[in-house]
Amino acid sequence: MSAVVNLRRIGLPRLFVHASVLLICIIWLIPTLGILVTSIREKDQIVASGWWTAFSSSTQTTQGRLGAPSTAKQEGSNYVITGSVFEPGKSGTVKAFGSRVAAPSEFAAGTNADIRNGEMLQINEDGSYRYTKNAPFTGDQGRRIYLAVASPPSFTTANYNTVLNAEGIGQSFINSLTVAIPATIIPILIAAFAAYALSWMEFPGRALIIAVVVGLIVVPLQMSLIPLLKLYNEVGNLFGVPSKTYAGIWLAHTAFGMPLAIYLLRNYIAGLPKEIIESARVDGASDFEIFMKIVLPLSFPALASFSIFQFLWVWNDLLVAIVFLGTAKDQLVLTGSLNALLGSRGGNWEILTASAFITIIVPLLVFFGLQRYLVRGLLAGSVKGG
Amino acid sequence: MVTQIATAIGVMVAGVFACALYYWLSDKTLQLVFPVPDDNVRTASRNLNRRAVVRPWLFLGPALLLLVVYLVYPVVATFILSFYDRSGTNFVGLSNYAWAVQDAQFRQSIFNNILWLAVVPAACTFFGLVIAVLTDRIWWGNIAKSLVFMPMAISFVGASVIWKFIYEYRGGTETQIGLLNSIVTWLGGNPQVWISLPLWNNFFLMIILIWIQTGFAMVILSAALRGIPEETIEAAVIDGANGWQIFWKIMVPQIWGTIAVVWTTITILVLKVFDIVLTMTNGQWNTMVLANLMFDWMFRGGGDSGRSAVIALIIMAAVTPIMVWNIRQANRETGGH
Repeated sequence: MSAVVNLRRIGLPRLFVHASVLLICIIWLIPTLGILVTSIREKDQIVASGWWTAFSSSTQTTQGRLGAPSTAKQEGSNYVITGSVFEPGKSGTVKAFGSRVAAPSEFAAGTNADIRNGEMLQINEDGSYRYTKNAPFTGDQGRRIYLAVASPPSFTTANYNTVLNAEGIGQSFINSLTVAIPATIIPILIAAFAAYALSWMEFPGRALIIAVVVGLIVVPLQMSLIPLLKLYNEVGNLFGVPSKTYAGIWLAHTAFGMPLAIYLLRNYIAGLPKEIIESARVDGASDFEIFMKIVLPLSFPALASFSIFQFLWVWNDLLVAIVFLGTAKDQLVLTGSLNALLGSRGGNWEILTASAFITIIVPLLVFFGLQRYLVRGLLAGSVKGG
Repeated sequence: MVTQIATAIGVMVAGVFACALYYWLSDKTLQLVFPVPDDNVRTASRNLNRRAVVRPWLFLGPALLLLVVYLVYPVVATFILSFYDRSGTNFVGLSNYAWAVQDAQFRQSIFNNILWLAVVPAACTFFGLVIAVLTDRIWWGNIAKSLVFMPMAISFVGASVIWKFIYEYRGGTETQIGLLNSIVTWLGGNPQVWISLPLWNNFFLMIILIWIQTGFAMVILSAALRGIPEETIEAAVIDGANGWQIFWKIMVPQIWGTIAVVWTTITILVLKVFDIVLTMTNGQWNTMVLANLMFDWMFRGGGDSGRSAVIALIIMAAVTPIMVWNIRQANRETGGH
């Protein structure tokens, strides 16, 4: 800390530091903010304007049709069509209108414009219009007109309804939980027992096992995939069970998380005060009792750190899931669904952004809720190694 | 749905219970097999010794079994498979390796991986260090750190969607809704299909990983910076060093070890990068990397385990120096224990 205090005295002007950190924060936050804002915008607005304009009212040029000539009423020598340019149930503010595509916003709203051939058109801000002609209207269709419509910022949860139900993200969410909960908790106990043995028990080969575990931490997953896929298929054939099951992926995640878990927990458990464990031994406690009653409760911070890592890793994993789980609805996890949607719904940003946000919300909650343990775990895992 | 979650929780509880039961039962069995009678000191001490010999292996058993089946055996099996044909039944010698050397896509992947390795660890470490130094000096630094750290929690797939939206391109006269193209248009440039621009697209994919990993580098380096002894900086101040000199000549040299750890950790991550390329381009437009090529060959045309294994081994070979270094480092630590 004091090194930091010292730096304050020297160094760059304070204002510059504040400004640059603010800029960094904005750069880092904007990408995520973009999909969050987009996911609650209306489908039409997403493609009409950038998400950063979502909070100001947007002006869009649209086209519409006036009422058909058959709806005209005669007023004196004039024929009149009235109505609203908005379809029933829609609203907005008309800023300008025009009768030609070359000049779609020729006249300001409210003006009684002369649009030639003896025709007058007045469109008010609320969309109501009055279209008059000094002779009978001809033709079958209503006249095409162009509008500059300002729509107020409007937000919706419709995208979330769509993806949760129609796009199967709801089911995938459940699948992700089904994978992640057991795959987070089960490794902890197995790793903790192993870490205790490696820290406080003397036996031949201990140093070798520690070295192997440390080495296995960095073994790329890619090395395991082919033989395991073959193994799973053979086991499936042998016992006549499907080769892609939740049990299979729980075991895979448990095993893949094991080296780091043993390493992190061993670092912590080996650092527990020697006196406590020695005195328990003198009192006649067995290793099993020492582990359950002393080591496990004392190691809570390390256990918490590891479970956060493991949960984030399992929840965010795509590779293990697409290799060891099927692509049917009842097995597709969130990352897999999102990947599939990127293929099938490439341009539908209302669906992609809402799905992405559902995918990242759980890890974000875990992150902000338990950041302390996460940082502690990172430091234990990395700084000690250096 | 409810049943599925109930099953998951049930499995979790059952799994934990089964684990606990295993350890408890094995401990009990051990006591039964090697009893410690009160009246026979000799047998008692012999059996106590025997228990001490067996017990570590009971504690280690499940973990070792998992490690062997899921990591040690597959490494050996992948090595052997690399000498066999696509189905893994006929020995073909080095022909898979020969294929790799002359395959254009394989070379492309190697080139791209080297590009990733050259850029991403350096960029993450650099930005992480700069942000750590800057945020340590302001009162709201911790909030800023949280924000930069946050992408660590986001999946690579989620991050890919987030950035794909930034790189979004819309043709013709349509409004650009992607942030990058919108800025480019605003500055008077022409919108581009960023992820299909040869060579450059690699960098656009790298930005995603840098965005995710800088927070990691920042957290670790920030802790290391705080561990620098105050005296060294005070002495430099007295000697008239300016902030820039203090940073480069006093602080950075003292955290070289940590910088190396951050660098190697991100290097390993980069070698395994898969999700980002899969979701952004699926290796199209010359963005293929080894991990994706390996996955591709696992399933391409019914799967070719030989070629796939060769590619996996290349990744493994790239990781091995770091692995050896880690093991030596760990041995040095446990040697004193």
